[in-house]
Amino acid sequence: MNKIVEKEHFSQNVVKLVVEAPAIARSRRPGHFVIVRACEHGERIPLTIADADISKGTITLVVQSVGESSRKICALEVGDSLTDVVGPLGQATHIEKVGTVVCCGGGVGVAPLLPIIKGMKEAGNRVVTVLAARTKDLIILEDQVTPYSDEVIVMTDDGSYGTKGLVTAGVESVIRREHVDLVVTIGPAVMMKFVSLLTKKYDVPTMCSLNTIMVDGTGMCGACRVTVDGKTKFVCIDGPEFDAHKVDFDEMMMRLRSYN
Amino acid sequence: MDNNRNTSAPRDAAWREELRKSMSAKERGAIPRVKMPELDAAYRVTCNEEVNQGLPAEAAVVEASRCLDCPDPQCVTGCPVNINIPGFIKNIQRGEFHQAAVVLKETSALPAVCGRVCPQEKQCESKCIYHKMKKEPVAIGYLERFAADFDRLSGQSALPGIPASNGIKIAVVGSGPAGLSFAGDMVKRGYDVTVFEALHEIGGVLKYGIPEFRLPNAVVDVEIDALASLGVKFVKDCIVGKTYSYGDLHQMGFKGIFVGSGAGLPRFMGIPGENFIGVMSCNEYLTRINLMGAGHEGYDTPVLRGRNVAVIGGGNTAMDAVRTARRMGALRAMVVYRRSEAEMPARAEEVKHAKEEGVEFLTLHNPLEYMADEKGHVTTMRLQRMELGEPDASGRRSPVPVEGAVEDVPVDLVIVSVGVSPNPLIPDSIDSLEVSRRGTIVVDEATMRSSLPDIYAGGDIVRGGATVILAMGDGRHAAASMDAALKG
Repeated sequence: MNKIVEKEHFSQNVVKLVVEAPAIARSRRPGHFVIVRACEHGERIPLTIADADISKGTITLVVQSVGESSRKICALEVGDSLTDVVGPLGQATHIEKVGTVVCCGGGVGVAPLLPIIKGMKEAGNRVVTVLAARTKDLIILEDQVTPYSDEVIVMTDDGSYGTKGLVTAGVESVIRREHVDLVVTIGPAVMMKFVSLLTKKYDVPTMCSLNTIMVDGTGMCGACRVTVDGKTKFVCIDGPEFDAHKVDFDEMMMRLRSYN
Repeated sequence: MDNNRNTSAPRDAAWREELRKSMSAKERGAIPRVKMPELDAAYRVTCNEEVNQGLPAEAAVVEASRCLDCPDPQCVTGCPVNINIPGFIKNIQRGEFHQAAVVLKETSALPAVCGRVCPQEKQCESKCIYHKMKKEPVAIGYLERFAADFDRLSGQSALPGIPASNGIKIAVVGSGPAGLSFAGDMVKRGYDVTVFEALHEIGGVLKYGIPEFRLPNAVVDVEIDALASLGVKFVKDCIVGKTYSYGDLHQMGFKGIFVGSGAGLPRFMGIPGENFIGVMSCNEYLTRINLMGAGHEGYDTPVLRGRNVAVIGGGNTAMDAVRTARRMGALRAMVVYRRSEAEMPARAEEVKHAKEEGVEFLTLHNPLEYMADEKGHVTTMRLQRMELGEPDASGRRSPVPVEGAVEDVPVDLVIVSVGVSPNPLIPDSIDSLEVSRRGTIVVDEATMRSSLPDIYAGGDIVRGGATVILAMGDGRHAAASMDAALKG
């Protein structure tokens, strides 16, 4: 049982939960995720760790209510507990000084991007962050990413905040004006697909973090398998981060609809 | 095997001599082998109830009297944990069912489990003297289950006495059969044992893998509770190598570590269409249903219910999956296996049960590819007919394709059960731990000690894919050698 010590609504469907998990707080690195069960008969779902506080023994999760299980998690209040939190899982992000890094996140994808932005900045990179969402209310964590970004570009589909346009327009504007060494993209699969197509055109190395269906999260079930460079990979143990230019996003999007 | 020492039922005990004299070998041999009472096939596919119902006491006593109580019992040599088999069987014959269970527990941490899932026909029963006399072997497995169940259901299950704690902390990674067996043996030697489990349930493959109709969870829980009452601590949701590193375990004061983390990774065949929706590993299918409760009222985890279900492979896990699919409502449930039934690795009993339950066996067939509809849901499997060719290096006749014999079979669920690879989590997280090319942890066969002096390992992470009892045997051997090393 892992107690929720803090809760914040980012928007109607997106909540931030700070959860007691001292061992995970100590051992997690940027890019890691946890598997969570909301209740005794609940599903096991993967959530990327957005932040951690070793002294308080907590980790931060950002959850979007999209189905039954995430709805149950979002409905929990401070003082309630998640039945299970296990991790940290997956391979940590490879962080080093490469030069200029564009970190682009869509929707709740900004949450797992936050530790990567921090890490990239601390490693001495110039970091340009692109935040994107449908509308102003869905832009999250802007204040948290700003201190670690040399520049923050906000894109909204409806133009209600920042620049009107898709995330790709924001990324492209940076690539066209300056040399970019690496793009990191986390968000909905379709968004990452189009960011990847764009950066491939400009030949900019691009890393994505995939959020697929999982059961155990430790390599046992294979539900999370994706095709990368023509080979089957398991997101839970080989990932969650991959070279975006090599990921078969169409197959991944198909598999995400397995239980719809 | 000395069958007089270290047991509560030595062969030279007066009561055993009495029993031996009470009946002639001829009379014993004339008794037919007992049949296991089973649920009716038509009924059992509608539910999850255990198929084998267990022997009634009278039948168990009669079966126990068939045992000749040989002076040099070969059955014991066929048992990976060397249970004093005649010792427990003769206790059943004299009506001392509790004592029979005590004998089992002297060497086995999980007798009620082993009595159900061990391949006795390949182990203890294969060595029974009756084979030489062209008779059926004593039903050792049925009797083991009988004694263990009697003990379990009596509510006054005998716990072995344990010495005072020696205060030495031992960590166990994984709560499957290898880890539980190791933990039991170490706690009985006085160690302070903590078992770390990655999942939210204790039991490993006994919980997520083997279905309720073959091994009820309640049976597993009794064995786990018994270990807990001996003082074994269980920590769920904890992945050694991730949540705690090898170094963390040292800091926490653990002096010895046993890794029984199992054979994680499911293998796929690498054929076209294997990533379509509705094609999944047996691990995923069984875990969703057995561990997560998918398909049962009130559980959130979904599972695909196929009408035409194909399970690829011929092992016990394939049988578990296909029989589960029948219970989940499959109208047509098929096993697709590239060799013939004679080569099938599954236990004969599992194949028999599957057939009774209406499972079709497409032996000498091998999938070539899967086709799907426009949404990516699998609709068809393309099968290549095979025939047996010349024997290969292992002596098995290897299957070769029959040219031109290709057929399409409609399916909406395909469960791939062609084996597993060792879970890389532990090997990847501990530098300098020696790992084979297959990804298994390399150990000294006699001691189960790895290349790191305080790490021992056993079960599938060492063998790459074995049985419950072999894993338990490994745990037992590792416990004995770790104990010796620590007492140095």
